[in-house]
Amino acid sequence: MSFPYLTVLTAAPLVGAGVVAALPKDKPELVKRFAFVWSLAIFVLTVVLWTQFKPGGDRFQFKESYDWIPQWGVSFTFATDGIALVMLALIALLMPIVILASWHDADESRRSVPTYFALLLSLECTLIGVFAAQDIFLFYVFFEVMLVPMYFLIGSYGGARKQYAAVKFFLYSLAGGLFMLAAVIGLWVVGGHTFDWQKLVSADFSTTTERWLFLGFFLAFAIKAPFFPFHTWLPDAGGAAPVGTAALLVGVMDKVGTFGILRYCLPLFPDASRYFAPLALVLAVVGIIYGALLAVGQNDLKRLVSYTSIAHFGFIGVGIFAFTSQAMTGSVFYMVNHGLATGLLFLVVGMLVARRGSALVSDFGGAGKYVPKLAGVLLIAGLASLALPGMSPFVSEFLVLIGTFSVNKTVAVIATAGIILAAGYVLWMIQRTTQGTPNPALEKVDGLRRDLTVREAAVVAPLIALILFFGFYPKPVLDVINPAVQATLHDVGKTDPQPTLVNTEAGK
Amino acid sequence: MNDKLQLPHLDYAALSPMLILFGVAAVGVLVEGFVPRSIRHRVQLPLALLGLVAALVMVIRQGGKHVLTASTAVAIDGPSLFLSGSIIVLGIVSLLLIGERSLETGGAFVAQAAVTANTEADRDQAARAPGTTEVFPLALFALAGMVLFVSANDLLTMFVALEVLSLPLYLMCALARRRRLLSQEAALKYFLLGSFASAFFLFGIALIYGYAGQVDFKSIDAAIPSSTHSTTLLNVGLSMLAIGLLFKAAAVPFHVWTPDVYHGAPTPVTALMAACTKVAAFGGLLRVLTVGFERSTWDFRPVLGGIAVLTMLVGAILAVTQTDIKRLLAYSSIANAGYVLVGVLAVNKSGLSSSMFYLVAYGFTVIAAFGVVTLVRDADGEATHLSRWAGLGRRSPVYAAVFTFIMLAFAGIPLTSGFTAKFGVFGAALEADQTWLVIAGVVSSAILAFPYLRVIVMMYLSEPAENTPTVSIPGALTAAALVIGVVATLLLGVWPRSLLEVTQNAANFIR
Repeated sequence: MSFPYLTVLTAAPLVGAGVVAALPKDKPELVKRFAFVWSLAIFVLTVVLWTQFKPGGDRFQFKESYDWIPQWGVSFTFATDGIALVMLALIALLMPIVILASWHDADESRRSVPTYFALLLSLECTLIGVFAAQDIFLFYVFFEVMLVPMYFLIGSYGGARKQYAAVKFFLYSLAGGLFMLAAVIGLWVVGGHTFDWQKLVSADFSTTTERWLFLGFFLAFAIKAPFFPFHTWLPDAGGAAPVGTAALLVGVMDKVGTFGILRYCLPLFPDASRYFAPLALVLAVVGIIYGALLAVGQNDLKRLVSYTSIAHFGFIGVGIFAFTSQAMTGSVFYMVNHGLATGLLFLVVGMLVARRGSALVSDFGGAGKYVPKLAGVLLIAGLASLALPGMSPFVSEFLVLIGTFSVNKTVAVIATAGIILAAGYVLWMIQRTTQGTPNPALEKVDGLRRDLTVREAAVVAPLIALILFFGFYPKPVLDVINPAVQATLHDVGKTDPQPTLVNTEAGK
Repeated sequence: MNDKLQLPHLDYAALSPMLILFGVAAVGVLVEGFVPRSIRHRVQLPLALLGLVAALVMVIRQGGKHVLTASTAVAIDGPSLFLSGSIIVLGIVSLLLIGERSLETGGAFVAQAAVTANTEADRDQAARAPGTTEVFPLALFALAGMVLFVSANDLLTMFVALEVLSLPLYLMCALARRRRLLSQEAALKYFLLGSFASAFFLFGIALIYGYAGQVDFKSIDAAIPSSTHSTTLLNVGLSMLAIGLLFKAAAVPFHVWTPDVYHGAPTPVTALMAACTKVAAFGGLLRVLTVGFERSTWDFRPVLGGIAVLTMLVGAILAVTQTDIKRLLAYSSIANAGYVLVGVLAVNKSGLSSSMFYLVAYGFTVIAAFGVVTLVRDADGEATHLSRWAGLGRRSPVYAAVFTFIMLAFAGIPLTSGFTAKFGVFGAALEADQTWLVIAGVVSSAILAFPYLRVIVMMYLSEPAENTPTVSIPGALTAAALVIGVVATLLLGVWPRSLLEVTQNAANFIR
């Protein structure tokens, strides 16, 4: 028996959360340091896991299984494929960064500091669990429990309208989750009372059953991701959440939706996936355009970033439902890059907002004069977000678009228009905040006397480095993703189209 | 006239749990008569607990028994033993709440129920006099009636048990120490409507007797395919029986008493009703439908299914509008009755076992919930208005956390018993092709999450109001009840396999 990586990885944050919660309230520094070191240790463990993963080996590796509720065929089964692995790495990477970025978030809220970090760590536990679970019941458990720490993070430590945002977030996700529960139970009944992913993948269902089950799962994931028209909770939650939490919410938690589609909807219900693919593509394309247009019109920085995410999730959705290996690989890589780029953008915006004391774009203007370094970081984050070549999001967006173009030109063309809009919302936002006419009110803002601090530099540096590194050399990640994507496509029963053009050229 | 009257054979061991309970309850009445008032509480509470524990031991010792006794009037089989055991265990936990006296002088009960409400004498006794101890024998009679109710194998025995369990409950509802008028109103309402329901039940028995010529379930079952009488008798009779049972279970449209009674009754009694009465009512319903009328499944399922859907949706929607925590819990208990009904309507083995699991899981959680309600007090007793709970998370983080956990369990978040229980009944219903019930259940769960969240928002996310009530330090008894309730809720959510195994083994009716 090899080392139970995934169990340890899932349990470790929870243990950390317990310790943090037990630490004395009057020693906030100790709490923060412990949480940071602990999350760093988890990151190191994840790196070890990555190095142990064999891209050319089995589809699912590090499999562990323990009995849980034998009467229902439920077990603690953990395993990871390449797609889940990159997501695990993303969480483990973002966590210490977010903790570092949230160093003072809880102090200002007049609420318990240990609770804040305990909630962050328990959130990490559920996020790791949801990606590592291989048993559908277990997946569902993590999928739902995840809401609880996030709810309290937004509701207790958030900004204006935090209660409204927290409740809306919870109810939206719970409603989606409950429909998925009905589908999970339905799957369990027709699939012969098992929750084992591998057994269920090989099970056959009648066409009608399969379609209903697909819709149950898809609705939950579409709300989680979120796809248009289930997205309205995200700007509220993203706008009200403390920035660190928002970075996790948009950077990682929303990926559970797209991950769920890749891991559950497509392999379990291949026929229904093909049947509903046009619908999903339409939703995704509408999301790209609609999210981008709304982002252009936002005056609140955090809401603006949230809307850009909706547009980005549209790209991910297009890539998934195009059913080509390039597009799907692009989508998975997009999930990683979006976590890095939007996470970075959220954190930088948070730094600006903390200094200005307002998240409204109209309260800024020429702020780069006061905080040049921060403005530079914002520019980098913005350029990453609009997928400038040389940055890693470009690689994924390009893959999605060429992969889609080979099978569905209309969708690809419309989606490409989204890139132009992306340039619009990012550049215009930068122009109105850090560049452009200086806002005289900024003279009096003390916060802006201080440029990027060492702590903040430590927060943004690893993200920028990775964005640039993967922009030039995405191979390490793509190598891990590719086999899993091929396997998923095989599950759906789709193969890449033959490059016909090349053949005819050769025939001449 | 040489024929000797043959006494029916009595399996005393099998009957021992109810015999013990009835006996101890009778002794309790004697205690009321002969023991001085000053030490009655100290005698009654241990006596009652001892009786319940002894009855529980006897139930456990009967495990696996599968007999009819008292000339087929009483069935001792898996479901009856399991449900009896559940009623007794939940009864013990609620009795801990009932026996609590450290929260306010003299406990949650009035000294003399007959004193006119809102008079000087009433205020005086509310402030000083020790509460009546008759609640203990009353509670035991009610519990004994419930145990008989879930074991009754013919309709007449069932009716007698129904009355035995109902009358003490009506009385106990009227015994609240404070807000006497509300309490009396609750009792009167419960009594009047309960009597109507009993009358329906009795009329139903008469019609069924007209159809089948017998009142025991085996004969009814045999008569359904063979009787030459009009099936109208059967259908109307069954509907009337169902009305009687669904009234006790608080299903829509027979639920209107629930919020008022839950609100007016002393909170420990509310806990007893929400936990134990629900088990008994559904235990009776399960036996009637499965043993007596299984062959009519195609007839009753659409109707009862409609009632289940209504129960879930109406309970959930009305819970959204509540501003009083006890009424909120009452509507939530109505919605939960709908979920159990979903399991019952599967009419198969997994439906039976999952309904039983649900009842136990819900019982523990609801007792803990009402236990917390008894703790949040101000000078006028319990502060049940939701606005008074604002900011409770700051003042007493522990109880706010406990209540949050309970709310999440009610909302069916995984790792709580609420989730495993819902999973069980929905699974059973899907196995029986009752997808529509599951869809309605899912929709109502989503609605129901909102009022639960609102309570959490109140406690944590709202700023404390000026007059936030204090949270009393619970006495040992309430603390024990809370711990049992919360631990059971967590355990049945995280490690449900043991109880699942028990319910699955028990899910076998004798006919």
